[in-house]
Amino acid sequence: MIPLDHDGIFIVAAYAAVTIGVLGLIVYAALDARRVKSRLATLDAQGVRRRSDQRTASSP
Amino acid sequence: MTVDFAAKKPGWFSRLANPGQFLAWTAPFVWPLVALTALLFAVGLYLALIASPPDYQMGQTVRIMYIHVPNAWLSEFIYAVMAVASLGTLVWRHPLADVAAKAAAPLGATFTGLALISGSLWGRPTWGTYWQWDGRMTSTLILFLIYLGIVALWRAFDDPGRAGRVIAVFTLIGALDIPVVKYSVDWWNTLHQPASISLMGDEHMPPSMLIPLLVMTFAFTLLFVTLHLVRMRTEIGRRRLTTLERQAAARLAG
Repeated sequence: MIPLDHDGIFIVAAYAAVTIGVLGLIVYAALDARRVKSRLATLDAQGVRRRSDQRTASSP
Repeated sequence: MTVDFAAKKPGWFSRLANPGQFLAWTAPFVWPLVALTALLFAVGLYLALIASPPDYQMGQTVRIMYIHVPNAWLSEFIYAVMAVASLGTLVWRHPLADVAAKAAAPLGATFTGLALISGSLWGRPTWGTYWQWDGRMTSTLILFLIYLGIVALWRAFDDPGRAGRVIAVFTLIGALDIPVVKYSVDWWNTLHQPASISLMGDEHMPPSMLIPLLVMTFAFTLLFVTLHLVRMRTEIGRRRLTTLERQAAARLAG
């Protein structure tokens, strides 16, 4: 690991801030995707489908 | 005369424009993009934190460059993506253009915020100040505020179609700030150094620093591409959800 001098606190703070920001974006995108997918699946299970999907499902 | 649309395979434009087709052809790319992004970050962080040397003037603080420059690059690149998407909404009425613009806005706001924070934390040990009201920093702060305005506007409208057109106009007006951010270091005498990476190839950086910077920039760019793709797919799903919920409510009411 790099030897940290008296300016090390700024390096650690910058990397920590960027890590928190990036992880926040990843977690938010993943949770949002999962929430929308699960609500779509719930509606699909209740038989609520788009008209085009209903046509596809009923076609032989 | 009858045309059998069902028998015709979709062309490349409809594959690109139709939300359903877009969901189908992008699905196999998501996990490989995640894996490639993680790999690039592993290599980039190793090069940035362990393998690269300290700078002869800045010492170890040069390592902040490997995260500051990619975030600053993304702050401009994502705005350019949103500006092209806005043209797509206004000129070509591309069905995915406002989906792309909406999905990019919070990503652009976050990366711009991170560029400001990391720049500030780099400025204190190298310049002796966290902030200076110079051209580059002030125009980047304005860019951050424009991003926040766009994110707020997306939340203010119920109808995404109408929101898309209004926000596209706002985005294109805000795009005037991008050349100011880019060329501020050349136009005005400033504390901020000129561009670290030049397409003209006149680099002043040794390969031991340039390579980690390029790898990290590529890793952050791929992170944006991956997150943008995932968020676009989610936004398409959300719009379907709104339609289906209205359909279900209408069925219950009628």
